[in-house]
Amino acid sequence: MRHIISVLMENEPGALSRVVGLFSQRNYNIDSLTVAPTEDQSLSRLTLTTSGDDARIEQITKHLNKLVDVVKLVDLTEGAHIERELMLIKVKAAGSQRAEVKSTADIFRGQIVDLTANVFTIQLTGTGDKLDAFIAALGDNVVMEVARTGVSGIARGEKVLAL
Amino acid sequence: MEQLSGGDMLIRALHDEGVEIVFGYPGGAVLHIYDAIFQQDKVEHILVRHEQAATHAADGYARATGKPGVVLVTSGPGATNAITGIATAYMDSIPMVVISGQVESRLIGSDSFQETDMVGISRPVVKHSFMVQEAAEIPQVVKKAFHIATTGRPGPVVIDVPKDATDPKVKLPYEYPQEIKLRSYSVQGKGHSGQIKKAVEALLGAKRPMIYTGGGVIQGEGTEQLTRLTRKLGFPITNTLMGLGAYPSSDKQFLGMLGMHGTYEANMAMHYCDVLLAVGARFDDRVTNSDTAKFCPDATVLHIDVDPASISKTVAADVPIVGPVAPVLEEMIEQLDKSKTKVDENSLAVWWKQIEQWRAKNCLAVTMSEDGTIKPQQVVQAVHEITKGDAFVSSDVGQHQMFAAQYYGFDKPRRWINSGGLGTMGFGLPAAMGVQFAYPDAVSVCITGEGSFLMNQQEFATCMQYQLPIKIICLNNQALGMVKQWQDMQYGGRYSHSTYAESLPDFSKLAEAYGHVGIKISKYDELHSKLEQAFAMQDKLVFVDVMVDPSEHVYPMAIKGGAMKDMVLSKTERT
Repeated sequence: MRHIISVLMENEPGALSRVVGLFSQRNYNIDSLTVAPTEDQSLSRLTLTTSGDDARIEQITKHLNKLVDVVKLVDLTEGAHIERELMLIKVKAAGSQRAEVKSTADIFRGQIVDLTANVFTIQLTGTGDKLDAFIAALGDNVVMEVARTGVSGIARGEKVLAL
Repeated sequence: MEQLSGGDMLIRALHDEGVEIVFGYPGGAVLHIYDAIFQQDKVEHILVRHEQAATHAADGYARATGKPGVVLVTSGPGATNAITGIATAYMDSIPMVVISGQVESRLIGSDSFQETDMVGISRPVVKHSFMVQEAAEIPQVVKKAFHIATTGRPGPVVIDVPKDATDPKVKLPYEYPQEIKLRSYSVQGKGHSGQIKKAVEALLGAKRPMIYTGGGVIQGEGTEQLTRLTRKLGFPITNTLMGLGAYPSSDKQFLGMLGMHGTYEANMAMHYCDVLLAVGARFDDRVTNSDTAKFCPDATVLHIDVDPASISKTVAADVPIVGPVAPVLEEMIEQLDKSKTKVDENSLAVWWKQIEQWRAKNCLAVTMSEDGTIKPQQVVQAVHEITKGDAFVSSDVGQHQMFAAQYYGFDKPRRWINSGGLGTMGFGLPAAMGVQFAYPDAVSVCITGEGSFLMNQQEFATCMQYQLPIKIICLNNQALGMVKQWQDMQYGGRYSHSTYAESLPDFSKLAEAYGHVGIKISKYDELHSKLEQAFAMQDKLVFVDVMVDPSEHVYPMAIKGGAMKDMVLSKTERT
């Protein structure tokens, strides 16, 4: 099963490599990874998606917690949560294609953030599934380049991951 | 406040941390630090002959004393040479602090001379690591490193120090912190009382109980509590390879070591038990055999460990108890004393009767050879007899290690010094050096094989320099015995690169070249007298080269893919 794990860790050199290293060292997989400092500059928040049965996920969270740089973590998929991913996608848009691409972007609530005579660059936010669906909807031979951030997430309601 | 350079700070911080001895080897990146060492006499530095040996010596020191071992190496090859020793300590949860020099900050990343990314290369085999950014943070970093290395589940910590951070010209105020706070690292002080209660209830309801304990009891200083609890319950107990000495081996409740080369009675009792109390042990594959689905099929598993990640890693625990071994066992004893329920004595008597039948098989019996050839087991038995079972025994890895574990019989903790997790050949001699430095008057024995010994033989020179009276007992079978045993059993006797009889050195002459004493023993009738002669030379290192039966195998041996009850008992008998 797919899990989204959010980790608060010391914003220090080497912290990220310890987390990533743990996954390769113990043969756990990372499907996506996103990391940036939080409002507290001494802390970074790292969110990763991984998959495995309950025993494996339990080992992953235990080993993450053992890392000295890791302050706190939560498995967001254990409760109600919001997940988002941002994608910048560069597509061919020339002649009659332009209107079609624009209307597909509108349906997915994407924004055209840059354009040239032949190219649209569209920004789209949503779950990974939505981004996949958008790419599929654009059809073949249109997509030139995709840049996705990986999943970020937060728990619903009053539950927070903070010190 | 006192003004010190980074190099001086480092050594002073070690002293303030209580460090008495550092094992190391100098080089360019640590020259400032070595100059600081030269100008003080509070911390003693021991010059080894290879950085791997520095880590093993610090490791042996730590295992024998419980205090952290400290290592100082230079950058690049100095640092990479230390990796095997760091990994050895990591696998066995040994507290160690390794200070590695690094090239100057301005050169990092430029592929400069003797540069290597030590923090990166050591990352998978350390508990934590630090890269010093500037001299001012040295006291804090040292304090943190020792705190992390020695608390919770202990382990090695690396401090990588760029050369400019130790510059003797830059002096800064020095103060060693009394306490350290790490918001992301906390150590649990005791176990959960409710979980302990559940475990006590399970133990009291047991009909066929078994206690299985590992290195965690020794590292966690829980030997006394374990012994008290086991005697109070009257249950059978087994120790892992790492846990030998946590319970007196001469006691009748002790069934011997378990696992791949465990005794018949220990492995049978494990397989058929209905309640298993695991203490500071991690259900390693050399214990459970490869298929954990067949492991202890009837057992309710109670698991005490300070590391939550060790619980339910390979075998699911029915009652997990996270916490340090000693206070958890102490609370268990208190709860037992208060409990109105008592141990089911009738069932226990039936269980012991069964165990005695298994024990009667006498699986470790040694048959005398007819032609006077020495059996390796007989050597270990003789060493036990001569040292009255009271020596510190280090070993390398292979058949001799298993024979030492099976036949020496450890009654005290911290006496058996071996690389259990990583299985590092070349560990024995440097580890025995660490023991001898910790306890100069104790008998430090290294039971080794000729293959393992050759991997760190350069330490003969260190032993010469510091006049270490180690007794090296080499079970010389002129082959990589354990490899050869597997080739016998699984590869049709095809000895691929496991024999080298024609190219072995004359070990006695090699020892003598360093001013040590060499003794060669080839016949059983001279074994005891010559060994006694070796141990009588209290001020000399003696290398005893014992020619043993090369065809001997280590038994019992677990059958791959089987349950714990499935063993090969001799060349002709299986369970």
